[in-house]
Amino acid sequence: MPTSLDTRPPTVARTRGRKRSRSTVVSLVLTAAGFLALCVSVSLGEVTIPLPDVVRALFGDDADGMSYIVTELRLPRALVAVLAGAALGLSGAIFQSLVRNPLASPDIIGITGGASAAAVVALLLIGLRGFPVSLAAFAGALATAAAIYVLTWRKGVTGYRLVLVGVAMGAMLTSIVSYCLTRADVYDAREALVWLTGSLNAKTWSTVQILGLSLALIVPLALLAGRWLLPLELGDDTAQALGVPLERARMGLIVAAVALAAAATAAVGPVAFVAFVSGPIARRLAGGPGIALVPSALVGALVMTVSDLVAQHAFASVQFPVGVITAIVGAPYLLWLLAVTNRVGRGG
Amino acid sequence: MTERTGVPSGQRRRAPATYRLTAGLAGLAVLVLLVSVLGVVIGARPIELSVALDALRAYDPGIAEHQVIADRAVRTLAGLLVGAALGLAGVLMQGITRNPLADPGLLGINAGAAFAVVCAIALFGVTTALGYVWFAFAGALFVAVVVYVVGSLGRGGATPVKVALAGAAVSAALVALTTAVLLTDSVTFDQHRFWTVGSLAGRDWDLVAPLAPFVVAGVVAALFLGRALNALSLGDDVASGLGQRVGLARAVTAVVAVVLCGSATAIAGPIWFVGLFVAHLARLVTGPDYRWILPYSLLLGPVLVLAADVLGRVIAQPGELQVGIVLSLLGSPFLILLVRYRKLSEL
Repeated sequence: MPTSLDTRPPTVARTRGRKRSRSTVVSLVLTAAGFLALCVSVSLGEVTIPLPDVVRALFGDDADGMSYIVTELRLPRALVAVLAGAALGLSGAIFQSLVRNPLASPDIIGITGGASAAAVVALLLIGLRGFPVSLAAFAGALATAAAIYVLTWRKGVTGYRLVLVGVAMGAMLTSIVSYCLTRADVYDAREALVWLTGSLNAKTWSTVQILGLSLALIVPLALLAGRWLLPLELGDDTAQALGVPLERARMGLIVAAVALAAAATAAVGPVAFVAFVSGPIARRLAGGPGIALVPSALVGALVMTVSDLVAQHAFASVQFPVGVITAIVGAPYLLWLLAVTNRVGRGG
Repeated sequence: MTERTGVPSGQRRRAPATYRLTAGLAGLAVLVLLVSVLGVVIGARPIELSVALDALRAYDPGIAEHQVIADRAVRTLAGLLVGAALGLAGVLMQGITRNPLADPGLLGINAGAAFAVVCAIALFGVTTALGYVWFAFAGALFVAVVVYVVGSLGRGGATPVKVALAGAAVSAALVALTTAVLLTDSVTFDQHRFWTVGSLAGRDWDLVAPLAPFVVAGVVAALFLGRALNALSLGDDVASGLGQRVGLARAVTAVVAVVLCGSATAIAGPIWFVGLFVAHLARLVTGPDYRWILPYSLLLGPVLVLAADVLGRVIAQPGELQVGIVLSLLGSPFLILLVRYRKLSEL
């Protein structure tokens, strides 16, 4: 949320400097917290490994033969959580800023719905398993986003039309998912339901590699295009006057954000609300008028890791998919945010 | 219907003549009858019309065809009720919110009812229709209040986009929570996945009969609200100037809409777009007078739902495409067209 910006001339530079350093401090703290959460998530399990041993094992020192458990069994899961969370957080922040509405995250405007529908078709109707499902999900998200963009286009793209067309697409895709669930037998359908909730179970190094590589490609582009977000938030006319190529900037940002959401969803399924909560939390933490892309990614990673910790260990009898926890936490936050954003007049 | 006090005078010229509207209504009634007959006759096992008439005259449970006909008759009745309820609910919601995008599905009302029913089945062990219809009402009411209050906060009141976005967001949350409940309970999941698509298949008499009175009561109440909605459509100030108690009219309309949505969802599961479709189509034919829009949508809703149901049975033989899916596939393009080619504030 943009807070009061001190505009008295002598203090402008000082205030801006303070904001920038605050953003840096926040990023450092978030990184530390994320690393801590990662270590804790690696240390807990059927065999509990003391934190110092975890850290030593992470840095390549084999303590009491624990490094196999750490690096082969638990680390991939934790890393996938961090990477997917960061991608979702970044994607959500870009969408929210672009549409100038904090509710417009990829889960709500139907893009992850495309990934879900494609994955469920692949799982249940075609009978694929493993990597091809992820590939289908990735393609589904991209195709849906392209369809939404094309259908929204009418001498340019406006925020509200994008959202409403997304909602319509989402409705159609949800019905396809439900149809596939009724066609399958109950065990397959349950497996699909776990995928639909978003789960970090059975993630291996190959998932880490694929997700890591795609993020290494997309994230720099996203951050580069991110410099257009601030002028775009000032409105189309101002942005144009500031020399932003409007449609090209918007197109580039949408492609980057969609690719991020698609990569993350392909890896872990449509984990609800991570993309949605990260941006607003990061803005609040970092303060100032900036878009806070890096903090958003870090918040996303932290939210995902902590949610997975809770999902795995908080309930004695069952292990939930991570998406259950993010949904339970995200839903009340969503209502609160809806109320607040509308009251301050940013709701559309 | 000669007196026209409730009609905004500026819009009167657009309204077609009364006799033409009455004739249209009669035509629609015939159409409802026609799709009902199609609903009984068409299916995986086609049935001769004469056999259907035989079953009507002398029902014999020993004859397999007669049983099929009885099942399809219940299904058709369910379709009639659901269509009427959702069509009217859409009109009522568009009327109180003055929002052209109001639809029980889009605003998350049906998702709220569905979530409450899942909770009732999974957490409280409720199994009878009369047991969980109350949960459906509670869920629908809760979401309706939340979406409307949240959507109307801030500048400009309840603008279509804000309300639609609030509805979409609340739906997303409810879908996620529903999935969370379902994952803990595979028996409920197995029942629920056939219900959550929005379908008329396998709705037996024990489910439809107890819920029918709720729908009928809602329909009757809705038909009396035309004058109040006409007043509301002029804006709150003019309406209260005309002697309408605005708050009361809104509250009553909202309660009727919630009862209609809740009972329709308890019968068929969450179905989208019926309200949206029907309300726009009815307004297109009748003009802005709610005293005509309401009866038109009462008949258009069943036509739409039953036609979609029959279509789903025909195109996916030997299986079937559930009515909720057919309607979503037809309704989403309609919503996109609406978003692209109509000014949103126009209502």
